Amino acid sequence: MVNDRVLLQMSNISKMFPGVKALSNVDFDLRAGEIHALMGENGAGKSTLIKVITGVDKPELGEITLEGNIIHPASPRDAQKLGISTVFQEVNLCPNLSVAENISIGHETIRYGFINSSDAKAKAKQLLKQLDVDIDVTRTLADYSVSIQQMVAIARALNIDKTKVLILDEPTSSLDAYEVRKLFDVMLKLKKNGIGIIFITHFIDQVYEVADRITVLRQGKLIGTYETNTLPRLKLVYSMIGKELENLDSLSKMKGELTKRTEVEPFMQVKALGSKGSIQPFDLEINKGEVLGFGGLLGSGRSEAAHLIFGVDIPDSGTLTVNKKEYRHLSPLKSILNGIGLCPEDRKTEGIISDLTVRENIVIALQVGQGWFQYIPMKKQYEIADKFIQSLNINTPSPDQLIKNLSGGNQQKVILARWLATHVKFLILDEPTRGIDIGTKAEIQKMVISLAEEGKAIVFISSELDEVVRCSNRMMIMRDHQKVAELEGDKVNLEEVMQIIAGRSELEKA
Amino acid sequence: MRAASPLRLIRKYLSIIATILLFVLAFVAASLKYKGFGTLQVFFNMLIDNSFIIISAVGVTFVIISGNIDLSMGAMIAFTSMLAAALTENLHVNPLLTIAIVIAVGALIGTALGAIITFFKVPPFIATLAGMFMARGLCFLISIEAISINDPFFRAVSLYRIHLFGKAFISINVVIMLVVVLAAIYLAHFTRFGRTVYAIGGNEQSAMLMGLPVNRTKVLVYTLNGICSAVAGITYAFYMLSGYGLNANGFELDIISSVVIGGTPLSGGSGYLVGTVFGVLIQGIIQNVIAFNGTLNSWWTRIIVGLLTLMFIVMQRAFSAIKRKGSTSTFEMKSE
Repeated sequence: MVNDRVLLQMSNISKMFPGVKALSNVDFDLRAGEIHALMGENGAGKSTLIKVITGVDKPELGEITLEGNIIHPASPRDAQKLGISTVFQEVNLCPNLSVAENISIGHETIRYGFINSSDAKAKAKQLLKQLDVDIDVTRTLADYSVSIQQMVAIARALNIDKTKVLILDEPTSSLDAYEVRKLFDVMLKLKKNGIGIIFITHFIDQVYEVADRITVLRQGKLIGTYETNTLPRLKLVYSMIGKELENLDSLSKMKGELTKRTEVEPFMQVKALGSKGSIQPFDLEINKGEVLGFGGLLGSGRSEAAHLIFGVDIPDSGTLTVNKKEYRHLSPLKSILNGIGLCPEDRKTEGIISDLTVRENIVIALQVGQGWFQYIPMKKQYEIADKFIQSLNINTPSPDQLIKNLSGGNQQKVILARWLATHVKFLILDEPTRGIDIGTKAEIQKMVISLAEEGKAIVFISSELDEVVRCSNRMMIMRDHQKVAELEGDKVNLEEVMQIIAGRSELEKA
Repeated sequence: MRAASPLRLIRKYLSIIATILLFVLAFVAASLKYKGFGTLQVFFNMLIDNSFIIISAVGVTFVIISGNIDLSMGAMIAFTSMLAAALTENLHVNPLLTIAIVIAVGALIGTALGAIITFFKVPPFIATLAGMFMARGLCFLISIEAISINDPFFRAVSLYRIHLFGKAFISINVVIMLVVVLAAIYLAHFTRFGRTVYAIGGNEQSAMLMGLPVNRTKVLVYTLNGICSAVAGITYAFYMLSGYGLNANGFELDIISSVVIGGTPLSGGSGYLVGTVFGVLIQGIIQNVIAFNGTLNSWWTRIIVGLLTLMFIVMQRAFSAIKRKGSTSTFEMKSE
């Protein structure tokens, strides 16, 4: 029952972090009895906005009013006292306490100076029952799975009596469909009682299921607030990603440059590969001489799929066939021995070894492949390094420069060189162009295509859709941890991809 | 509703059970080996000789459960007992007022350290190390010489014997210690303060986001420890009937190792006060064994305590590994 009474009003909120403007002049309002979805890609400022409301961060500018009174929450505790209850992203509970303690802590009933434990247990049981969770509440939280912990966090937020505003930051990311259903039932009930709910999620279907209004943020700016039923899904995706319809045509034309391949030779066959809670089983063929793009919004399962293939994460179903051998799963070492390389998403922490030199960073995977006892002679090492510094146009004063002193784009090229040095046959590139200037970006994209032309199999993952579309011969589209479509040839164009991401599934049709 | 299975309870209290078992075994073994060891009075003597250590260890247990550390206890015990001696002997302050002043000073120093740690984000190791130097220095500011206490009240308390079960007796210090331990158990398990201490030790960031008074609780933990140090200092003054700046040297590390042997991991988040009491008593047994033996070098205490501390840390690692294994199996059960 949405009434128009504004419960929470945020006006002109700005928040700076060193070097970044996380929020600039954002307005937001929440009505009583409303579910208001907050949408945006990574870094859009959703979580920062929540942190401002809950007093974790203080805004430099702007004003927050709750029921007409200006408030200055200084801590989550403050916010709770004002009636703002929050389930933060990730499970923020104490793993060492029992479930009942986690739900009741800070709000325990005290009898004769003693905490009333049996009351806390009964209350925890009853709150969890609302969510259809029946567990032993005296066990420590760490004994339970992440999805149960998530439900406990939600139960805790519901325990706060005077709640006027309930904030749910990605509450469904580790829940299964049934648990999500239960959560939505509770949300709808709370809504009827006049509580305003701010709901953050990257699942578009869920937003259209429960939200009354949608506010979209992009790069710290307010893009707009819309009534859910007047906002087409496609337009929502456009406004989140920031591409206008008019630009699409020109982009799809650029795509024509890509050479089309008629005959392909398979390198790897993936059958029903999946992992519970991370990605639903999917089939995939990876071919030599082809760039296969993984598309989808952030959190749709793009990187997770890559990790399953490479063996960083161990799948619990399916098989991989490579070099005529069938594997239940690979491991990074097995992958390397089979000629598979992975350039991970987080270059700084997972890719480069910042205190080693350019040469050492290039040679390391080759050395691993040969075993530590067959040391590659120094002369050979320099030869290899020099070769790639030249062919990839790596801008470094010498092969002995520490890699941390190079720019992001050049670091990325070094990682590329690392795998090329091992004569990989199949290379997975996860966000290879993130944080790189436009010129180097284009250079890397060209490099990707020419590697495919040499006959290597490439998987290309990027959150910049137009980039994936421009480089790929074939695309796997993912949504909500699921492969929803595979596109080939002319169908690999931005409009098509965006429509599928927005919810029109090719597989569902078939 | 599933009842808590006995196996799970054992797992939950595994480290504390291990500590108590170790104490009982050591006591029985020593009783068999040394004539006259296995008497109630020997056990009571351990309580008498270690009351002030237990009192201080109780305060530190809270600090460690909250995931922090304190190094100032030894110096604080020396300083507060020195202060008590100086107030009664040199300034002739009423002994009860002396006790009140000493506890207030302990609380004040603890609060100051806690505030520095919490609000200026100074690592507790550094802040309390500074506190330790300061307290030790203050001792010598009061007097370079030892001050012996001749106050009739202090002497009376010191010499008073409470007879239990016939001839065996305990001192008033033991009674004070028992009161402190009981009060601490109440604080730890039956108040919001105690719950919050465990929560902070489990995950400070989460505790903050859950809306718990993290900063206030952290300061209060150090206030509590300051009070415990001061009470320990007073009982130490009762025990020694003197104050001296070099007393209680290095006790902070004995106290911390007792807490660890008592089953509280240095990483915080869990632990029990009963464990701490037995942790101290295990050190007491070793000292007594060396005294009964008569030929062993007293440094053996250190060697054995060192080994035990290591052993218990390794054991806690192993236990948490077992626990983790146990919880992954519940994952699998759930997902099937």
